[in-house]
Amino acid sequence: MARAVTNRRKTINTIAAWTIGLLIFFPILWIIVLSFKSEGDAIKTPLQVLGSAWTLESYFVVQERSDYFKHFFNSVTIAVGSTLLGILIAVPAAWSMAFVPSKRTRDILMWMLSTKMLPAVGVLYPIYLLFIRLGLLDTTFGLVIVLMLINLPIIVWMLYTYFREIPGEILEAARMDGANLRAELLYVLTPMAVPGIASTILLNVILAWNEAFWTLNLTAAKAAPLTAFIASYSSPEGLFYAKLSAASVMAIAPILIMGWFSQKQLVRGLTFGAVK
Amino acid sequence: MGQIHLSKVTKSFGDVEVIPPLDLQIDEGEFVVFVGPSGCGKSTLLRLIAGLEDVTGGQVMIDGQDATTMPPAKRGLAMVFQSYALYPHMSVRKNIAFPLRMAGLDKAEQDRRVAQAADVLNLTDYLDRRPGQLSGGQRQRVAIGRAIVREPAAFLFDEPLSNLDAALRVGMRLEISELHKRLATTMIYVTHDQVEAMTMADKIVVLQAGVIEQVGSPLELYRSPRNTFVAGFIGSPKMNLLGGTEAAKHDARTIGIRPEHIAISSESGDWEGVVGVSEHLGSDTFFHVNCPAFAEPLTVRASGEIDLKYGAKVFLTPDPAHLHRFDDKGLRLG
Repeated sequence: MARAVTNRRKTINTIAAWTIGLLIFFPILWIIVLSFKSEGDAIKTPLQVLGSAWTLESYFVVQERSDYFKHFFNSVTIAVGSTLLGILIAVPAAWSMAFVPSKRTRDILMWMLSTKMLPAVGVLYPIYLLFIRLGLLDTTFGLVIVLMLINLPIIVWMLYTYFREIPGEILEAARMDGANLRAELLYVLTPMAVPGIASTILLNVILAWNEAFWTLNLTAAKAAPLTAFIASYSSPEGLFYAKLSAASVMAIAPILIMGWFSQKQLVRGLTFGAVK
Repeated sequence: MGQIHLSKVTKSFGDVEVIPPLDLQIDEGEFVVFVGPSGCGKSTLLRLIAGLEDVTGGQVMIDGQDATTMPPAKRGLAMVFQSYALYPHMSVRKNIAFPLRMAGLDKAEQDRRVAQAADVLNLTDYLDRRPGQLSGGQRQRVAIGRAIVREPAAFLFDEPLSNLDAALRVGMRLEISELHKRLATTMIYVTHDQVEAMTMADKIVVLQAGVIEQVGSPLELYRSPRNTFVAGFIGSPKMNLLGGTEAAKHDARTIGIRPEHIAISSESGDWEGVVGVSEHLGSDTFFHVNCPAFAEPLTVRASGEIDLKYGAKVFLTPDPAHLHRFDDKGLRLG
């Protein structure tokens, strides 16, 4: 039986939810506010900041000094490229693990996940040396490969959980109905897995877009994505708050908008297929 | 079309042999029911015939052709699953047409056959709905529709009615029997419900632990069960199986007597006992009678008119013409 929720309780829940939501969102809100202030106003006390004049100055300066669109396209290439390549590799892998599991399937999945527990900096040196040898330093191709490998365990795990939700009897029915493997995958499994594949793509594009360790360490000027674009405005003395904020807003805006429009898919992705 | 022959078929999962060497002949147009308690291997046997599981040894012949290593798609059989296994993203029309599409039939022929199947199964009004918008009984019909359109050599049913409520189950049972009479196609039907087996089958195959205990028509199995397992499994309420001195009197380890073959009287009879729980069905009443001579209470089927109170003293007399005798291995004597 559903628990009866009183109106008072609902009000308290709503207020609590909004408070927590605003607390989490506040840093982003403050960055947006600072990005519309002059460099001088941005370092004043919060009240003075809010009272000062609004300006687009920082945005113009940032765009003038560093080419936003070049970084933006690098980010898109790296995030989308690594995700699609990962999906291409993960779909058959997850497929076989979900529908033709062996005794070791569970162990392989755990092993893949365990690679995520390794501190990235631990393998920076070997990967850096490999990149030098292979001529991949500061190339988007190199980053696509590295980020694909970094996120592959998550992609495989997500797809595996989605595929597991598809009842095996439906695939058997397709086989009985005369479908060969190609038809079974094309007409029955893929259409049923589309929501799962879509949320996996979304979540991994976001993960790749926000990835900062490898993108900062393996790029210089040519392949630098938006993370490097933001980093170039941070200084140890904290002098350029307004410009740093403007750069941040420009970097996160695309992914924020994408996330906004795909909320439903994302929530499903984040719950990892646990809720049916 | 629709002759299936299994010879020395075995199936093991790892080291566990679930089906020891088994032979079975299914003739054209027969309605064969595999029945047995859960875990007896009846579904596995069906899946071996379907090709959804590979046999470990032996041979599966379909219409004289060796189908042992054939993929399911090539065997020309259709299957109805317990969970219906409909394609949730397709309309009823597309679900039913799927096997035809896979067979590469042209659109006009697909439409004609779908319309025909929908007509037979009363699904015409639901063709554009998705499976999610249908009731359990309707989904079951779609699953059957998907099976009949391709005119298979044989239909395989894997406990198709167990997800339906009792009233719907009786209705669908009749519909499936009716369908069998009309199509005259071989049907193999798996169930754990012996009532379904008795009412639908031409031939019942009773299985226990992967072994065929007996094959025969429902009445053959009812009248002359080959062993105590079949005797106890077929028939509702169960046959009374009695041991001890009473069995020894008949030169047997165990004797069996069906509830309807025991006369009940409050004056005189062979066995004295006390009435326990009685179940009134209206037309009949089942009395559970505790006799000091036997460890287990006996079930007696009497006319619904007879009324006996809990604790009443009664006498039971078995009909000697319907007494079944079994030896110490549980096998039928005489």
